[in-house]
Amino acid sequence: MNSQTLISKGSSKKTSGDRGDLASRIFRLREFGIFGILILFVGATTVARPRFLGGQNIRFILIDTTVFALLALGETMVVVSRNVDLSVGSVLGLSAFVSSNLYQQFHHVALVEVFLVGLGIGLVCGALNGLLVTVGKVPSLVVTLATLYIIRGVDVLIVGGGQVVANSLPNSFIEVTSSQLLGVPTVSIVVAVLIGLGAYYMKNFRSGRDLYAIGSNPDAARLVGIATSRRVFNAFLLSGAIAGVTGVIWASYYGTIDSTAGTGYELQVVAAVVVGGVAIFGGSGSVIGAAIGALLLNTINSALYVLGVSAFWDQAIAGFLLLLAISLDRGIFVYLQRTIRRKKVLGGS
Amino acid sequence: MYYHRGTSTLPEVGKNNGTHMVTPTLALKHVRKYFGAVHALEDASLELFAGEIHALVGENGAGKSTLVKILAGLHQKDAGEMLFENFETTFTSPKDSIDSGIAVIYQEPTLFPDLTIAENIYMERQPRRSFNRIDYEEMNSSVSSIFASLGVALDPRQVSIGLSIAEQQLVEIAKALTLNAKVVVMDEPTAALSAKEVERLFHIAKTLKAQGVAILFISHRLEEVFRLCDRVTVMRDGRFVMSDLTENVSEETLVRAMVGRDVDLSERSEQRSVHEVVLEVERLSEEGVFNDISFSVRAGEVVALSGLVGSGRSEVVGAIFGIRRYDYGSVKVNSTQLKKGSPARAMEAGIALVPEDRRQQGLVMEMAISRNIALASLASLKRFGVLSSKAEKNFSKDWALKLRLKYSKLTSPVSTLSGGNQQKVVLAKWLSRSPKVLIVDEPTRGIDIGTKVEVHRLIFELARTGVAVLVVSSELPEVLALSDRILVMREGSLVGEFERSQATEEKIIALATTTKAVA
Amino acid sequence: MNDITTVPNLDSGKGATLPNTQANTSKRSFKSLLVWESGLFVVLVASVIGGSILSPQFLTAGNILNLQLSIGEIAIMALPLALIVITGEIDLSVASILGLSSSLVGYLWMHHVPMSIALSVVLVVGALLGLFNGVLVTRLGLPSLAVTIGTLALYRGVALVILGSNIVSNFPPSYTSIGVNSIPGFDISYSMFVFIVLAVIFGLVVHFTPFGRSLFAIGLNKEAAAYAGIRVKRTKTTLYVLSGVICALAGVLYTFRLSTAEYNNGSGLELNAVSLVLLAGVSIFGGRGSILGVVLAVATLGTIQNGLLLTTFPQQAMGVVVGGLLLISVFVPNASLIRRQFQEFKFKKVAKKRSNSGESMGDLETKRILSSATGGKGDMLQS
Repeated sequence: MNSQTLISKGSSKKTSGDRGDLASRIFRLREFGIFGILILFVGATTVARPRFLGGQNIRFILIDTTVFALLALGETMVVVSRNVDLSVGSVLGLSAFVSSNLYQQFHHVALVEVFLVGLGIGLVCGALNGLLVTVGKVPSLVVTLATLYIIRGVDVLIVGGGQVVANSLPNSFIEVTSSQLLGVPTVSIVVAVLIGLGAYYMKNFRSGRDLYAIGSNPDAARLVGIATSRRVFNAFLLSGAIAGVTGVIWASYYGTIDSTAGTGYELQVVAAVVVGGVAIFGGSGSVIGAAIGALLLNTINSALYVLGVSAFWDQAIAGFLLLLAISLDRGIFVYLQRTIRRKKVLGGS
Repeated sequence: MYYHRGTSTLPEVGKNNGTHMVTPTLALKHVRKYFGAVHALEDASLELFAGEIHALVGENGAGKSTLVKILAGLHQKDAGEMLFENFETTFTSPKDSIDSGIAVIYQEPTLFPDLTIAENIYMERQPRRSFNRIDYEEMNSSVSSIFASLGVALDPRQVSIGLSIAEQQLVEIAKALTLNAKVVVMDEPTAALSAKEVERLFHIAKTLKAQGVAILFISHRLEEVFRLCDRVTVMRDGRFVMSDLTENVSEETLVRAMVGRDVDLSERSEQRSVHEVVLEVERLSEEGVFNDISFSVRAGEVVALSGLVGSGRSEVVGAIFGIRRYDYGSVKVNSTQLKKGSPARAMEAGIALVPEDRRQQGLVMEMAISRNIALASLASLKRFGVLSSKAEKNFSKDWALKLRLKYSKLTSPVSTLSGGNQQKVVLAKWLSRSPKVLIVDEPTRGIDIGTKVEVHRLIFELARTGVAVLVVSSELPEVLALSDRILVMREGSLVGEFERSQATEEKIIALATTTKAVA
Repeated sequence: MNDITTVPNLDSGKGATLPNTQANTSKRSFKSLLVWESGLFVVLVASVIGGSILSPQFLTAGNILNLQLSIGEIAIMALPLALIVITGEIDLSVASILGLSSSLVGYLWMHHVPMSIALSVVLVVGALLGLFNGVLVTRLGLPSLAVTIGTLALYRGVALVILGSNIVSNFPPSYTSIGVNSIPGFDISYSMFVFIVLAVIFGLVVHFTPFGRSLFAIGLNKEAAAYAGIRVKRTKTTLYVLSGVICALAGVLYTFRLSTAEYNNGSGLELNAVSLVLLAGVSIFGGRGSILGVVLAVATLGTIQNGLLLTTFPQQAMGVVVGGLLLISVFVPNASLIRRQFQEFKFKKVAKKRSNSGESMGDLETKRILSSATGGKGDMLQS
């Protein structure tokens, strides 16, 4: 706990309004920074290839981002509590197949039922993760690495050799992602609202603040009587539920679903969250930052495509940005530590 | 004056400024707490009344911290009674204790570094408005007004990363106020504070007292006890020794009660023969931590590095040993400059460091005793490139014997030993390397008197055989007893030096605590 | 005597640290050191018996060679990974290094680079990839979990950039035969031979040298290790470099076994490697484990996988089994902790009742358990 050593460094005789300000200013800068990079990137690409800002391309970017930003919403809650959920891609895949496969198996299936099935699958997977982490006392990295493959394995067993094809899906289902409102995909608007609500919840409710407290200092969280296990469990539950629902959206968008749906998404999501300014060891960051992170990653992917750079670079860039983001955060931390120390000396003499 | 002699003779009625209070807010009677082999509390008793500031004093290892942790709900007593407002109580969790109205302010509080000050104060108790939403405005303004009433200039909206210890304590005190705490426990709150900060804390403590709060004040500075506190309880070796109004006791009485006998730790040995300079520290600086430190230690000499906790003593010895990096300056052993930031090089040059934090830095607690003893000497225990377990066993057995280590099996984890014996393991680990320079940071913290005397003898013996010894200690009697020369640090700088013959505790403290005029 | 009057501040109590469990856990761990390996041995014997009952082919020489081939590369990668985990870190990029090396071999061969040079290049690149991990973890002080998730994506991405969607499969038979045949005169595959040789060397180094001892010390308490003069950062960096080289070697063997270089070769094998290491009894929190355990875990996992494949169990769903084994191996050592939690739960109820009725507590043992259970390490891996 680096921040802990920082907080207990020596004594000072000066009131520290300016120091705290420095810290919060830099953290704010961190989120604005990503936004700035995003704008810069969009600007530069548009100058090179004006069609980048074409309506269709923007819609593609938005829908891709919708999927990742939604996953990032759940992941943020988990990461803020000093945990990680690597199973989201597998949950998405399982839910995508099972829910859309309902149309192939039954004649009359309501859209609501499809979503409920997706949600249910997500809840079960999330509860499994949450239980293993909180009751089993197993590090979430290990638990979700295992469930990543277990859930994918279950998916493979269920799918067998089959797949869901687009023409077996009714229009009402396709419209989930194809309908537009003022030229913007409706689903993106809904998800944006959800993210707004998520951000509001994380800021304004005790249970949301608890997650930050747990991630910031787990021992102190227990000391003030936070039900840490229950909160962490709920975060995993929610992350699973969101991944389940996202699976349905994914199925609607792609139409063709086999057992590989969502493979490797966990990396993209963790990258988006961390790039978006959520500290990998918990305690700080926001849902909106994570969504911007997702937007940035997808914009970069799309820009590479438009610029004619091979799509093969996608994954390498996601990995690189993830490393860059954590290095940057570390750099900020070290800088803050030094600056605060230096100020103390100045204040002392 | 009440002396505790096996049966309870605690005062039935507490007197406080003439006010009679029949029942104490909090009473502990014959409380016992063991941690495996360590008997932290044997028979502790304490009575705390509303509207009093009650000092709890005792040497290190007397059991004060354990007592505080029982009050805080972190530990549970093994036996005895705890009465809170005349009802038998057990706090099974910190929350129990908080809910009952007990607030503990630790020497180094544990805050949530990423959250704002106001959130730290109100975590889990945030004021709420409609739909259970947190009322940030109410929360921040409430904290603002508390800070205003305490005369503190802190912004409630500020993230608590980077707060000084004094400021963190203020946050905890503000928290106690919002809790309407009936009992406030302050565990050595002044340890790392400047004189000015101490004044502010005293002022706040008196305000709380006037509001009828019972304050338990733990301190090693007896002058603070006499200045601030109404009553004082003395503990020794986990037992209650005495309790009385401060106006009825003298410093001498307190000290005798704390030490238990007229121990004169200063066994002044014969004039030591001092030889050539071995350790030479020149202009050592680490920005913001310590500044321009120069001194030297000769073979056969014991030099003490003294000063308040947080004055940079441990950081300086850490830099000498290479565990910390420094920005400028140099460290030389026998005129050869050491590479900075490399403990391995420092060890090759003959430096050994017995670190401050035994559990965290000195020992690998879950490793076997023998492996801990051998950990710094593995290279010499190789036979044909492979560790010889026989050589290792003999080696550690030898050293265990030399230091009269009390153990059951050398293969047991070192965590099974008592504090004093653990310290002997650390010493064995380093003495087995036959160091030229031995640095000991807090050589006797938290160990029993018997072992303490042994450790002191050991240090004398080493100096006699020509080792250059540098001791860091917060206990001035120890500093005076051990050293030939005393260096005093304050706020990262070396501010003075005494020959033993000139040194007194008063002089050292004056030098260590005097604060420069704040602009 | 005026001695102790104004001693300025002494004992810096550590503030609100939760009660520690060290005495308890260490006793457990010391006893369970070989218990785990023995248990693993029993499981191994059971799965061999189970396998031979399940299928008559199971104990044939051909099948045993298959078993060796299927687990070979993972087993090799698990060795350095075990060391990394013992020091309290993790490397999730192992399979991506394998994939990148495989792609690189393919790329170089496609561009007519002689195989000997190609192999040397691949091993050097492997070392550099490991070094990159090591530098980020030790010099920048970043959490190894985050770093290697990043390089997991990065290295796989680079593999994709190198080879694109190309598949290189025209390797000369003299090399691909290494991948599928046994060493002449023995019933051992080349990959298993490499594993055995490495396991012997690793076993010696880990359990019988100062370097090995320092790994355990770092894993149990890296601060104390540093105070004892152990070069913590250098040691960890060395391990990552070692892991890089060995994973590159595994990548070469993998390529020859499948006669195919493809960017997604070995994708997902990090799970198998981590599972092997934890199944071997290496503590995810560092400081505990043995090479004997790794060897037994390799045999066990290989047998179970192989046995299942002789039935109709689909290979793509093997993740269920491997993931399940992984969970069991981290879950079992925690079982006593979980039991304690339930006791704590019960105790709290009792305590509430009693304190409400003003009774005094009697059950001392439960209390101690209660106070220690709260200190459990339930958090994510930390550096």
